[in-house]
Amino acid sequence: MWNFPLFPDQASTIAKHVDALYFFALGIAGFFTAMICVLILAFAARYRRKSTADRLNPPTASRTLEIIWIGGPMLLMLTMFTWAAILFYKMYDPPVDALEVYVVGKQWMWHAQHSEGRAEINELHVPLGRPIRLTMTSQDVIHSFFIPAFRVKQDVLPGRYTTMWFEPAKIGRYHLFCAEYCGTNHSAMGGWVYVMEPVEFQQWLSQAGTGASMAEQGERLFVQYHCAGCHRGSQTVHAPRLEGVYGRPVPVQQGTEVRFTLADYRYIRDSILRPKSEVVAGYEPVMPSFEGQITEPDLLKIIAYIKSIGAKEATQ
Amino acid sequence: MSAMAVEFKEDYLQAYRLKSWLLTTDHKRIGLLYMATITFFFFVGGAAATIMRLELMTPKGDVLPSPDAYNRLFTMHGVVMIFFFLIPSIPAVLGNFLIPLMIGARDLAFPILNLLSWYVLMIGGSIAIGILIFGGVDTGWTFYTPFSTMFSNTMVVPAATAVFIAGFSSILTGLNFIVTVHTMRAPGMTWFRLPLFVWALYATSLIQVLGTPVLAIAVALVAVERLLHVGIFDPALGGDPILFQHLFWFYSHPAVYIMLLPSMGVVAEIVPCFSRRPIFGYKLIAFSSVAIAVLGFLVWGHHMFVSGQSMYAGMIFSFLSFMVAIPSAIKVFNWTATMYKGSVRLDTPMLYALGFIGLFTMGGLTGLMLASVAIDVHVHDTYFVVAHFHYIMVGGAVMGYLGGIHFWWPKMSGRMYSELLGKLSALTVFIGFNLTFFPQFVLGYLGMPRRYYEYPAEFQVLNVMSTAGASILAVGYVLPLAYLLFSLRRPPDAGPNPWRASGLEWQTDSPPPVHNFEEIPIVTRGPYQYSPEGAEAIDGNGDDASR
Repeated sequence: MWNFPLFPDQASTIAKHVDALYFFALGIAGFFTAMICVLILAFAARYRRKSTADRLNPPTASRTLEIIWIGGPMLLMLTMFTWAAILFYKMYDPPVDALEVYVVGKQWMWHAQHSEGRAEINELHVPLGRPIRLTMTSQDVIHSFFIPAFRVKQDVLPGRYTTMWFEPAKIGRYHLFCAEYCGTNHSAMGGWVYVMEPVEFQQWLSQAGTGASMAEQGERLFVQYHCAGCHRGSQTVHAPRLEGVYGRPVPVQQGTEVRFTLADYRYIRDSILRPKSEVVAGYEPVMPSFEGQITEPDLLKIIAYIKSIGAKEATQ
Repeated sequence: MSAMAVEFKEDYLQAYRLKSWLLTTDHKRIGLLYMATITFFFFVGGAAATIMRLELMTPKGDVLPSPDAYNRLFTMHGVVMIFFFLIPSIPAVLGNFLIPLMIGARDLAFPILNLLSWYVLMIGGSIAIGILIFGGVDTGWTFYTPFSTMFSNTMVVPAATAVFIAGFSSILTGLNFIVTVHTMRAPGMTWFRLPLFVWALYATSLIQVLGTPVLAIAVALVAVERLLHVGIFDPALGGDPILFQHLFWFYSHPAVYIMLLPSMGVVAEIVPCFSRRPIFGYKLIAFSSVAIAVLGFLVWGHHMFVSGQSMYAGMIFSFLSFMVAIPSAIKVFNWTATMYKGSVRLDTPMLYALGFIGLFTMGGLTGLMLASVAIDVHVHDTYFVVAHFHYIMVGGAVMGYLGGIHFWWPKMSGRMYSELLGKLSALTVFIGFNLTFFPQFVLGYLGMPRRYYEYPAEFQVLNVMSTAGASILAVGYVLPLAYLLFSLRRPPDAGPNPWRASGLEWQTDSPPPVHNFEEIPIVTRGPYQYSPEGAEAIDGNGDDASR
């Protein structure tokens, strides 16, 4: 009967910080609820109609009291706000060495893709003690990637990438939920997150995969969709080279002006799906749109490939 | 007492023909029309909640045939309860009935418009019931895009139409109240002699008039994208799904205050009367109502902390959400202080009002947790949020509504009800409510997402507690319906002022005459002329009140 949890696991590094703030807030809530209830009950008893309690000179307003009960809660709230905002900032800002995992949500399943090449459905395997950064998108409606034991949640939107990060702190198996209502089988859209010893995780990564990393798979798609025809080598079509473009500012022609845009996931994705919207200065808008032709997981692979040729360049 | 109720004077309830009700422009009768309407919708929405709670007793889906049925049920529960019960509840029922009486007027500024508002709500409500009968809608009451515009294959456009139409009822009522308060006050009824209920309704009306058009635009755009495939919200058509959330919450967060502010107004009337003390800090309470109405428009982004909106936007909305808590805290402290050195009697309306203070305090304080961005990331879209907003909207708004109904029932009907059953109902609602929704806070922090048809087995015990509580709550809600209706069987016996309350509405007969006052009163003092001295003597005098 009593074998049910009342508090979630603390399985990420951020969990205990969130819980600390939560307990602080609970303390405040408990204190004020108790105070109001005790006062009401005490007044109702002491000043009940039949009592002979002293009722002389009752106040009908008090500047001092009102300042206290505006100022006191205000200070507590500012404390809560600041604490929460700082923690929120930490939750937003991933360490640079984070392991990249790519997530695509669709009605009603989660598809996760590791950089090393292995993909999984409704499961996510991650190593202990390593920050993990998820780059996520949806193929249809809005979903939300939620791991209660990690205290993290992020909506996953169609048509754009959202990110979140966490660092697993405890070996185990934890619930993965979709938290944004997404239609018929919303409550079935979930699975498990497995936190593994790093060594076991490496073994897991190399099992049953295609052997090719995400970038390698992306390169194949790059050729298959004829991207290579123009963007690689010296073809007749005048197209910008992509080596080293990822993470750099790109000059974009906007009417008569040139504006710089960071070549990030959003820019590359938009350039594949809506190539005419942000054309690199000095090039003709001749690229066809691939909208509706490339699935979200494949798009992520192609971007991973473009990112990888950037990395190669940078090390040279 | 009853000797004072002169038989020859015609009260507003006489003339029973249906036509005299359907074509009435009497604000009191229109208030009762609203009361019948929203009571019906309350029990429709309540029935949906009951079936949902039964379904959630077990982790697997077994009561309902399919997840689709469950999804339609929680959508209808939300749509009906919010747009057809909570939003019209206190403003349209008690506001209609009381505002002219409280300010010493013979009717609202626009009586025919007032009747029109009711018909508009009836049209919207009929469409809503039609949807319920002919298949339902499964988007949730929030209509999030692109699910609602491009993916759901249920009756989204009719539902949007129902909400769109019902919105105009709300706008017209708000407009009517604003104009009435500005232009129809009796001689001597200055702004700071207005009862706090009127201040609260005035602030509410501002939100209704300014906020509702944005909701109308949002749902109209949903219909446009769905029918014409114009890219507004769906990225596949070139739209932005977050835009919808901004538009929707720009109304729907202030809408929470449409539900709550009037309840706060009711509590501010009841607590002084049953404490025999003038309200503590009248001006601060009055201004805090207006502050809530204004600040309430600046916090909508706290529904979107994990939506993909920028981190800094999240922080600003978090800060503003903390700020809106200040005027609410002021009110709670001031109501409590009103009891100090009073002469307190715990009659049914007072029990409801005190229940409101307790539950609203808990709802508000858990709201602070949700305003804390880092906590909200974890509990957003879980049962924690469900518990929080039910504490505000049911523990708060509905408790206040029931408190108001019990307080003014003698005025509206001329009858007293069974005080014993009244106290029993207040207690049952309070206990049932806490048992239903407190476990949901625990469930939410554990991570159970809302709108789940099936859930992991370890959440079952808490869900069973919640369902058990809901069955107690249901009894608590059926009881008043029964004994209030039953009270109508007796002749009017309440007398003009059974609670010895000091508002203008108590200075006329119960039920009031058609034109409210024999002569328009001249107001020479504030609304809360209470004194704890001699309160016992009043008790002895008004013994019929305690029956």
